[in-house]
Parts: sequence; C-alpha cells; structure tokens
Amino acid sequence: MEDALIMARLQFAFTVMFHYLFPQLTMGLALLIVILKGMALWKKNERYNLSARFWAKIFAVNFAMGVVTGIPLEFQFGTNWAKFSVFAGGVIGQTLAMEGVFAFFLESSFLGLFLFGEKKLGQVGHFLAAFMVFLGSWLSGFLIIATNAWMQHPVAYQVAADGSVELTSFWGLLFNPWVGWQYTHTMLGSVITAAFVMSAVGAYYLLANRDLEYGKIFLRLGVIAGLIASVLAAFPTGDGQGKNVAQHQPATLAAMEGLFETKEGAELILIGQPDMENLKIDNPIHIPRLLSFLTYNRWMAEVKGLDAFPRENWPDNIPLLYYSYHIMVGLGTIFIAVMATAVYLLWRSQLFSTRWLLWILMLSFPFPYIANTTGWMTAELGRQPWLVYGLMRTTEGLSPMISAGNSLFTLIGFMGMYMILGLLFLFLVLREVFHGPAHSGSSGQ
Amino acid sequence: MEIFWFIAVGFMLTMYVILDGFDLGAGIIHLLAAKSDNQRRTILNAIGPVWDGNEVWLLAAGGTLYFAFPKLYASSFSGFYLPLIIVLWLLMLRAVGIEFRHHLRHPLWKSFWDVTFSVASLLLTIFFGVALGNVVRGVPLNAEGYFFEPLWTTFTVVPEAGILDWFTVLMGLVALFTLTTHGANFVAMKTESDLQTRSRTIARISTYGVLITSILAVIATSSIRPGIWENYTKYPWGFIFPLVGLSGLAGMFLYRRKSNDTAAFLSSCAFIAGMAASTAFGLFPNLLPASTKSEYSLTIYNTAAGDYGLGVGLVWWSVGMILAAAYFIYLFYSFRGKIKLPAEGEGY
Repeated sequence: MEDALIMARLQFAFTVMFHYLFPQLTMGLALLIVILKGMALWKKNERYNLSARFWAKIFAVNFAMGVVTGIPLEFQFGTNWAKFSVFAGGVIGQTLAMEGVFAFFLESSFLGLFLFGEKKLGQVGHFLAAFMVFLGSWLSGFLIIATNAWMQHPVAYQVAADGSVELTSFWGLLFNPWVGWQYTHTMLGSVITAAFVMSAVGAYYLLANRDLEYGKIFLRLGVIAGLIASVLAAFPTGDGQGKNVAQHQPATLAAMEGLFETKEGAELILIGQPDMENLKIDNPIHIPRLLSFLTYNRWMAEVKGLDAFPRENWPDNIPLLYYSYHIMVGLGTIFIAVMATAVYLLWRSQLFSTRWLLWILMLSFPFPYIANTTGWMTAELGRQPWLVYGLMRTTEGLSPMISAGNSLFTLIGFMGMYMILGLLFLFLVLREVFHGPAHSGSSGQ
Repeated sequence: MEIFWFIAVGFMLTMYVILDGFDLGAGIIHLLAAKSDNQRRTILNAIGPVWDGNEVWLLAAGGTLYFAFPKLYASSFSGFYLPLIIVLWLLMLRAVGIEFRHHLRHPLWKSFWDVTFSVASLLLTIFFGVALGNVVRGVPLNAEGYFFEPLWTTFTVVPEAGILDWFTVLMGLVALFTLTTHGANFVAMKTESDLQTRSRTIARISTYGVLITSILAVIATSSIRPGIWENYTKYPWGFIFPLVGLSGLAGMFLYRRKSNDTAAFLSSCAFIAGMAASTAFGLFPNLLPASTKSEYSLTIYNTAAGDYGLGVGLVWWSVGMILAAAYFIYLFYSFRGKIKLPAEGEGY
C-alpha cells in the first residue's frame, strides 16, 4: 500500500508539473496576443498583426501540448485517486464539469477560428476570436483554481450519510474566500512567464541584429507587462495568499517559513537549510521580526511554529516545501528588479542599446517556469498531509485496487512520452523563433 | 433528477462518437484513401479546425459523469486503469500527429506523423468499442463497488474476464467498421476527384462490414446479457431507438449507391445515435453492470451526487449546452463546403 501511494503521488506530481509548463504560457500569451491584436486595430500598423500571427503559431503548439497533457490529470482523479473522487466528487465535480462545458468548448471552437479564419473573419472579428480564446483559457484557469481552493480550504459542503461530501452552496464554492488571491496570483504568474518569454525573443532579435522592429515590439510589451505582473504578484496577491495560509493553514505557514518554535517577533528567514533531525535552521540569514509584521502587521505578534501542532499534522516533506517557497519568493523578487530596470531604461530610451540587460532578458525566460512550478509545489506540499485540508488525508484517497506495479508501468510510460513531446515542442518553437515574425505571412485560407 | 443526468451524459457521449467519430474515421482511412501529400493535407484541413472541439465532447462528458455520478467515475476509471491510460497515450499521439505534421516540409517527417495519426485513430476506435463491450458485458465489481481488470485473461466471457475477450473484441470491430464508414462518408462529402472516389469505395465496402458485425453483435449481446431486452418488453416505445439505427443503416446503403455523400453521412450519424440510444435504453438504470452479483451493479441511483448539486447543475449545464451548440453551428457553418487546399505552409 505504501509503495502504491508513493507511485500514485509521483505520477500525479510528474504529470501535473509537466502539464503546467504549458498552460502558464497559454494563459499569459493569450492576454498578450489580445493586446497585440488591439494595437493593430488601434495603430493600423501591420507589424502588430504580423507579431500576433508569429505568437499565434507558438501559441498553437503550446496550446496543443497543454490540451494533451491536461487530459491525464482529470483521468487520474478516477484512475489513481478513486476514493478521493467518491469522497469529493459531489463538490468538485461541479467545477470540473463546468470547465469542460464552458471553458473547453469556448477555447477549442474559437482557437480554430483564430488560427485559420483571419481572412474570413476580418480584423475586428479576428480580434474578437483572440479575445474569446483568452476568455476561455482564463475561465478554465478560474474553475481549476476553484477546485484546488476547495481542497485547500473546503467550504459550502455537508457530509452525507455515506461519508462523502455534498455541495450546499454553488456560489459559496465559486467564491470560496481562498479563490480570490489564489486565482489572481496564479494568473499573474502566467503573465510573468509569457512576458519573460516575449522579452527573451525580443532581446534575442536585437542582440542577433535581425527583425529589429519586431524585437522592439516584443520587448516593449514584454517588459511593461512583466513589471506590472511581477509587482502585483508580490503585492497585493502574494501577500494576500500568505495571509490566507497563515489564517487557515498555520502549520503550513510554519513549515514554509522554517519556523520550528512559536515566538513573538518571529524572524523572516531568507536563506538557510532545515535540519529535520534537530528541528532547526542551519546557517540562517534572517531579518528579525519581519515574519510577524508580514503576517499580522505587528512587529511583536506571535507566530505559531511547528511545535504548536501535532507531528502527524505536519506537512510530510518540510525541506522540499521550505525550498519551494523560498525559491518562488526569491525569484519573484529578482523578476521585479530585472523588469523595473528594463522599464526604466525603456523610459529613458536606452533599453534597446543596453546589451548587458538584453543578455539577461534573453537568458532569464526559464526562471518564471521555475517560479510557477515551485509556487504550485508550495501550495500542494503545503496542503499535506491532507488531500482535502482537514477532511481527508492523502493516504485515504488512493484507488484500492491499483497495484504499485501497474502505477509504475504507467509512470514510466508517461515519462517516455513526455520526454519525446518535450523535445518536439522545443524543436518546433525554436524553429519558429529562428524563422522569425517577418515571414509569418497570412494565416488560414 | 438522476434520469435527466443519465440522458445528459448519454447525449454528450453520443455527440462525441458522432463528431469525433468522423475525424477518427478520417484518420483510419488517411493512409488508404489519400495517396499524395496534397490529398493527405486535404483530409487534415477538412478535420483541422474542428477535431479539437469534437474531442472536447469526450472531456466534457467525462467531467459531467464525474459531477453527476462520482462513484461510477471512480470505480470505472480505476477498474479500467490500463486501457484508459493507453487510450490517453493514443489520444496524445494522435493530437500531435495532426498538429505537428505541417510544421516541417520534409517527407520523412510527414510520413511519420501520417502513420502515427492513422494508427492511433484505428487503435482508439477499437478501444472505444471494447470499452462499450465491457460495459454491456459487465465487470467483476466487489461489494465496495470497485474492480480491476487485466488487459486479457483467456479471451472467453467468464466472470474473471479481462478487458479483451471475444465479445469485447467483436464490439471493437463494430466500432471500427462504423467509424471507418462514417469517416469515409465525411471525407467523400468534403473532397473531390480521386480522393473522393477512393473514400466512396472504402465507405461502400465498409458499410457491409457494419451490417455483418452489427448482426453478430446483437446476437452475441442477447446470448451473454439477455437482460438487455427487459426494458424493451416493459416499455415497447423504446423500439424507436433501434428503428432509428436501422433506418440509418438503410440510408447508408441507399445513399451510398446514389453517391449522395451528404445524405450518406447524415445516415451514418443517425445509425450511431440510434445504436447508442438503444444500448443506453437497454442498460438503464444500470451504468456498469456487475458480472459477479447483480446487486453489486452500479446504477444511476447508487452512484449519483447530492440532490442540491445535481439541481444547480441543471441550470449551468443547460446554459453551457446552448452556448456549445451555438459555437458548433457557427464553426461548422464557417468551414462549410468542399475543402480548398491552402498553399503549402498555411493551414495543415
């Protein structure tokens, strides 16, 4: 049973982490493409249309990857987590089914029109098609976040006679107090990824001295969107999300921050390694009292440490949770610094000739992917040992009849399949980037 | 309430088989009917703008099943573990086969994705038929409502049968011939010249396959699950569903002979809808019959979600379906008529 649990968790972790490499670009890029199409309509400049077409090609490959890697997740709720589905299906079935019925139909129908119907639809119609794709992908994101928010902070339910949960309020589920910050924070994370990717391609064109006009469009949009999203991701959304965790999952907060002992005026640890044998942080660099202030807006407020909670309710992988959280926050801070510098230089009309910063922008596109991934690891590892916080432990959610051997078989299959898909994806996207936007031609019939 | 959701999920699955059925069928005949690169691109451009939306019917049906009958979702998905994951891999390969082919003009690249697309379409179709066969035959549910089936045991219909036995394989063949015909009818309707001629030939031959395998399947079903006729004797109006299926099949023969491709395609739609509704009518109220003890069977009553949730769902599901219908009508209207092959580098 223990082995089967580890296999099922590894398989879900692997497939969901790989999956989320794609939707984060899809959702962010959908917004940036709508902006490019809007600029084309407003400025009547064909370059913006060619830019939108160029990004639409990358969007299409990325979208396809998101779709094919997303299906296994919904399947796994049934295949590997049957008991969880029996328990929670009466509530989260709502949001998952709504995602299919509303978001997927919207996205898939309008994506076909957006990619192949530019000539048929005309420019305004094409802008609207892009907008509908954006709407569909962000709606999809909302319904998934609402599902996850319920697992983080279950509301609007009652326990039925057979022990499973039933929905009691539809709007209560959709407007779970957890949803607001988590949704905005996650969406901003995806805009950061798209902004960094767009800036990286722009910086590459400028450094390689080719497609200069497009490079400048990409950089201008990329760094401005990147700065706005990075700042908003930290405050107010990141801050609000942190306060949610402090209020509803205090053991998680203690584990994330590496706070082993309850204290007044708790310090904020910047760097250090959790030592689980001696329950302390090795080699800490910290700022005194800042954690108390960030959590409760009072310098001397008491923050509960891990010692305030029974050990069986501690997250089961505290070092990984701690590192995930610190990597996310550290990278987020660096994003603000990089994008603020870039926007300042853009304002001073020096960005396009500042080669050292263009190098940084070109090379930094992988980091938002890492930040988004570690952010989700913080949320999911932080929820442990619960599958549904306070209601169902992860150990209780497993399918009863699936052996570890069968799960390992499919996990290995996914790894092989995803390695090939990942290589193909990189190959096709890099090809488009090297091909360049000037030759995007007209798309569709 | 449960009955409504039984019909709703059945409707969505039927829409899936009709819509994705024609692009799966187009995939099956892809290598046989289309001989040149231009012809293969014609097939891909015929399904290109719609295949993804068609497949969403499967996801939305799955989501609705999870929402309305969570216990069934949990039991069947964990029980059919291996075949479902294999279906996932095939869905992925098929999707990238369609979407990645046109990115590179090298003939080897194109051939590779053509074969991937076609083989994945063929295997998926057979697997979907096998899945239906498993539901009709029943599975070894235990008292908690769980089961696990290996891929195969002895290929005979015994209580400890695997996913594949002679009956489910027969159902796989029914699906194969049905969707081959359906897809060939679609390609014939959307294309011209010798691609159309070859598609018509395939459709004509394959329609006979549909007839033969369907007769065998009806006989086999009656022998291993005689209970499937109970609802029909109780409520004879149910015979309207097999009747729709039969007239669809008659139409498939008649209009194929007249080379009226659109009518033949609509006939194969009617055949699929009629047969799906007939099966659902025979199974009702069972969702997954048990081959162990009949009281272990999963029905719409012992797997449904709470009443409040199902009631709320009624509202948003209806709104969602109206919207989806509007998108699909607009989408199919936008891409109506024969395919004009776009220049190389554009479209698929």
